[in-house]
Amino acid sequence: MRVLIGLLALVAVPFLADAMGQPALLSLATRILIYAIAAASLNFILGYGGMVSFGHAAFFGVGAYSVGILFAHAGGDALWGVVPGSTNLLVTLPVAVVLSGTVAGVIGALSLRTNGVQFIMITLAFAQMLFFFFVSLTPYGGEDGIIIRRSNEFLGLNMRDKAVLYFVILGIAVVFFAGLWRVVNSSFGAVLQGIRQNERRMAALGFAPYRYKLYAFVLAGMGVGLAGALMANFLRFASPDMMHWTKSGEFMIMVILGGVGSFFGPVFGAAAFLVLETYLAGWTEHWQLALGVILLVVVLGTKGGIAGLLARLGGRG
Amino acid sequence: MILIVEQLLNGLQYGVMLFLLAAGLTLIFGIMGVINLAHGSLFMVGAYAGTYVAGVTGSFWLGLPAALLAAGMTGFVVEAVVIRRLYARDHLDQVLATFALILIANQGIVLVFGRQPVFTPLPEIFSGSVEVLPGLPYPIYRLFIIAVGLLVAVGLYLLINRTRVGMLVRAGATNRDMVRALGVDIRGLYTLVFGLGALLAGLAGYMIGPISSVQVGMGEQILLATFVVVVVGGVGSIKGAFVAGIGLGVVDTLLRAFLPGVLRGVMPPSDADAIGLGVASMGIYLLMALVLLVRPRGLFAAGA
Repeated sequence: MRVLIGLLALVAVPFLADAMGQPALLSLATRILIYAIAAASLNFILGYGGMVSFGHAAFFGVGAYSVGILFAHAGGDALWGVVPGSTNLLVTLPVAVVLSGTVAGVIGALSLRTNGVQFIMITLAFAQMLFFFFVSLTPYGGEDGIIIRRSNEFLGLNMRDKAVLYFVILGIAVVFFAGLWRVVNSSFGAVLQGIRQNERRMAALGFAPYRYKLYAFVLAGMGVGLAGALMANFLRFASPDMMHWTKSGEFMIMVILGGVGSFFGPVFGAAAFLVLETYLAGWTEHWQLALGVILLVVVLGTKGGIAGLLARLGGRG
Repeated sequence: MILIVEQLLNGLQYGVMLFLLAAGLTLIFGIMGVINLAHGSLFMVGAYAGTYVAGVTGSFWLGLPAALLAAGMTGFVVEAVVIRRLYARDHLDQVLATFALILIANQGIVLVFGRQPVFTPLPEIFSGSVEVLPGLPYPIYRLFIIAVGLLVAVGLYLLINRTRVGMLVRAGATNRDMVRALGVDIRGLYTLVFGLGALLAGLAGYMIGPISSVQVGMGEQILLATFVVVVVGGVGSIKGAFVAGIGLGVVDTLLRAFLPGVLRGVMPPSDADAIGLGVASMGIYLLMALVLLVRPRGLFAAGA
């Protein structure tokens, strides 16, 4: 029921923004949706799987660059002479998801051999390597990034229209969250949460933790890659900044603002972060100071972030 | 040959810088179990305070205690207000709370000093250079940094291995709970360790001022490299911080200095510069990944 109300509110956003004469609201809502997908992917391994990945932005960037590089080759030279470019969302999104999943598979397979602090740092290290790789990728803009002149085509819709793009992204987000819901509540999700609570016990029960954690890591990489591909379409731009370590930090902030390990927490977290950023930045150039204080208060003083707060307000806490 | 020696010295200087930061960080990590992303902010605070006082008084030597005092005080306050609440928390809360401290520190500095980088004049006696090898003049100031870094390393070695406090520090890095169970005032030890780390960070920040500009964000640039040093060296190990700091400092400097030149032999110069710099920046992270794959707890992990 609550989900339905939330969904209706999201559908109403473009009309509200139009009626209020605030087109900026629409682009804010679009960014919230995209970041919600990214934060929910991180929450999947962080909240449910207990893996504190500090390099999640790497796959965000891989997804974005997939769209950018495919666009650069569309209608021109094929990539390495064999891979034709594409500007069709039905092609670029799957490519972005598969590529970021593959990269996550390689990084995860190596990183998951460690745990604790070392896991945090090794994921950060791999993300930094990718960051510098794209910085030095001069054929695709290097440090300046790559401009995507048009958003990808999708079923002949007018993707230049901001509202149309919003609805497409909303549809994808709904599909994504529905899929995530199924995974979280599957037996796989249960095993993953068991591993977070007690890895040794799960191993004793006959579940190999490494394999389950790796699958989860790959799934999370695919999710955030999807978000990156959508972001590239929305901004019509992809740059190494998308995989800077502070971006990984922002994803973590969204997860913790919303409430670690709560299903819709990342949506609230992404919304809270972006609304704060937008309005604080409009109010003072020192908005990061306020953000830092808010973050500190949330981390030190609350349990369960916004989702926890809502649950307590609803009398269930 | 002369070029290589010069870059080796530069690497050594960068390495002792990394060591000064990593020594504090690895103790905070190893003994208190806290991931302190804000360590770079203490570095920055030391740099700004010292540089400011040096600029006002015109004396390099008066800036030094100012830097130490400012970093120490900031560390003291941060430990009492924030870090103390994080001991029992998980890594995620620690990362985010100290990430918040970075945001606060950076904007705080912008509010007080503005966004413009600040430059420190070199004191008179350090402005020249000496001929370390025939045909290789090397700036005295960089030699001074290397000497200070090595001196601190010796001092820390004596402190950790020859004193009672050092014994507690070593014991804490091996098994924190056991030390507490034996009746040691672990709170006092924590404050001491954090304060020591803050002082070393402030010292490093002040010394780097004259050779690279003092600016907002300087802490984060060196922070990630410091974390790499800590993890490669093994959490809680000063010896590891020293070996990894010098090693990674030299590797990083050599890669940056020579890789673009090597690549120019096989590709156009503009590409070679960009790719060379990018790959050189990847170097230390690649090394860390390799080390962790072979030794998941680092080279000299305490309590391993």
